[in-house]
Amino acid sequence: MKKKISEIAHGRSGDKGDAANIGIIAYDDEGYQLIQKLLTAETVKKYFEGICFGNVERYELPNIRALNFVLHNTLGGGGTVSLKLDAQGKTLAAALLNMEIEINN
Amino acid sequence: MKEKIRIASGQGFWGDLIEAPYLQVTRGQIDYLVMDYLAEVTMSILQKQKNKNPLLGYAKDIPPLMKRILPVCIEKGIKIITNGGGVNPYACADAVIEVAKEIGIKKLIVAVVSGDDILNKIDAIISSGCELNNMDSGEPITGIKDKLLSANVYFGAFAIVEALKQSADIVITGRTTDTGLTLAPMIYEFGWEEDDYNKLAAGTVAGHILECGAQATGGNFLGDWESIENFAEIGFPIAEAYPNGETIITKHDSLGGKVSFETIAEQIVYEIGDPKMYITPDCIADFTTIKLENAGANRVRVYNVKGYKPTESYKVSCSYEDGFSAVGTLTYSAPAALKKADAADKILRKRLELLDLKFDEVHTEYVGFNSCNGSLAGKTNPDDLNEVVLRVGVRSKDYKSVDRFTREIAPLILTGPPAVTGFAGGRPKPSEVVAYWPALIPKSLVEHQIKIMSLL
Repeated sequence: MKKKISEIAHGRSGDKGDAANIGIIAYDDEGYQLIQKLLTAETVKKYFEGICFGNVERYELPNIRALNFVLHNTLGGGGTVSLKLDAQGKTLAAALLNMEIEINN
Repeated sequence: MKEKIRIASGQGFWGDLIEAPYLQVTRGQIDYLVMDYLAEVTMSILQKQKNKNPLLGYAKDIPPLMKRILPVCIEKGIKIITNGGGVNPYACADAVIEVAKEIGIKKLIVAVVSGDDILNKIDAIISSGCELNNMDSGEPITGIKDKLLSANVYFGAFAIVEALKQSADIVITGRTTDTGLTLAPMIYEFGWEEDDYNKLAAGTVAGHILECGAQATGGNFLGDWESIENFAEIGFPIAEAYPNGETIITKHDSLGGKVSFETIAEQIVYEIGDPKMYITPDCIADFTTIKLENAGANRVRVYNVKGYKPTESYKVSCSYEDGFSAVGTLTYSAPAALKKADAADKILRKRLELLDLKFDEVHTEYVGFNSCNGSLAGKTNPDDLNEVVLRVGVRSKDYKSVDRFTREIAPLILTGPPAVTGFAGGRPKPSEVVAYWPALIPKSLVEHQIKIMSLL
């Protein structure tokens, strides 16, 4: 069965220089197990192909059922150097939550 | 020792909701009002203002705000802590004292924390062996030294604590960390020591939750945002802090917004890197240890935070001139809105090429199609778009090239694809690009100063 990540998690994104960070938080433990398994650094890197041109680092915050992704070389130089409308990566969390995942029952 | 204190966030950045601090001090009981005004770019803007007028260089919103809230704060004994002093905290304090006199306040102690501005000491710092290498690229600062606009050390909470110990009603600082504004009153009231790392980390986490204002109370919430009530009068967060380091994050009952596990968790993950290493001048906080628990309506308990000894360095935030940029936009309507916008972009680029202009980057986005999510927009059928905004940005070291670009947008209306509008605002203006240079400096090389400026 296909599901959007937004059905099992929410999140927030922002900037750290030219890197963007995306925090994804599962609504419950079951959801956390799913995102922990399915949202690897590689998956996220591939999803943002054409947007993220650097490495993707992935960190776990199990106490709050969250994953944090740091996407390097993503914001067109960051800060006031960037010519992008979303120079701070504010909308990237919504984009990741829109990703479809396959869930086995 | 007080059993608990209530610290209220009044601003999340310079430009935030002007009513928020007023609502925080009038709609319920608080002990401290903390206001963060500084982002990386803000310091360079303030430095430019100070260069033009030595009486400026701080958040200009502060004096009129004080006029409104000081009578209430004095009556209720609410202390105010802000980093809105920017690059000129003394001028900010003078302006606040002037306003206080104007409204008939007889007694006020304003403390200024300074020493963070190292712009004029860069040469001495470099010759002492600290090359202020860029934290990201590793390059030494010498290459951009002559183009520096601002250079400020991030001080932590303890400088503010010193100011509070001198009975300050208001503490105005230059570049202190956002989290230090919230942590300082906890250290001061509860007598925490410099090696109470778990408690300092707990206060730092509370500071991180408060530092973006209403982003902790339902603003910009990607969960069920439609369930958030009364955005119009959204309540900014309040940290109810206890001597053991635990905090309850809450808001005033009569204001809108929501405090829940979800709204707090979103703010916790905002703009973090390695969650085990949230580094501040006061401690290293391990965000993976944070536990959250719903503790009643609009109350979330934050506990179990672990922290470690801080590093030997302060972070330095420098900004420097790095050329010019401009962005132009035009709106194209259906049918084939995207096709028209794309054709216009190609015409524009050809003209820029024929004029032999020099750009480091020309960047095109189609607002309504791909400006937020770039290549992910591929799934959208362009024929479904009712309208598209062509948005072209350029960046160059050469001012003349950028200036000429700004004159090439409007002509597209009569000399390119049809069904185009949206140029009522006139030509875009070239702006200076301010680049950011993060570095580290040994704590031993800088010292903060506290100055008391009283109205008695």
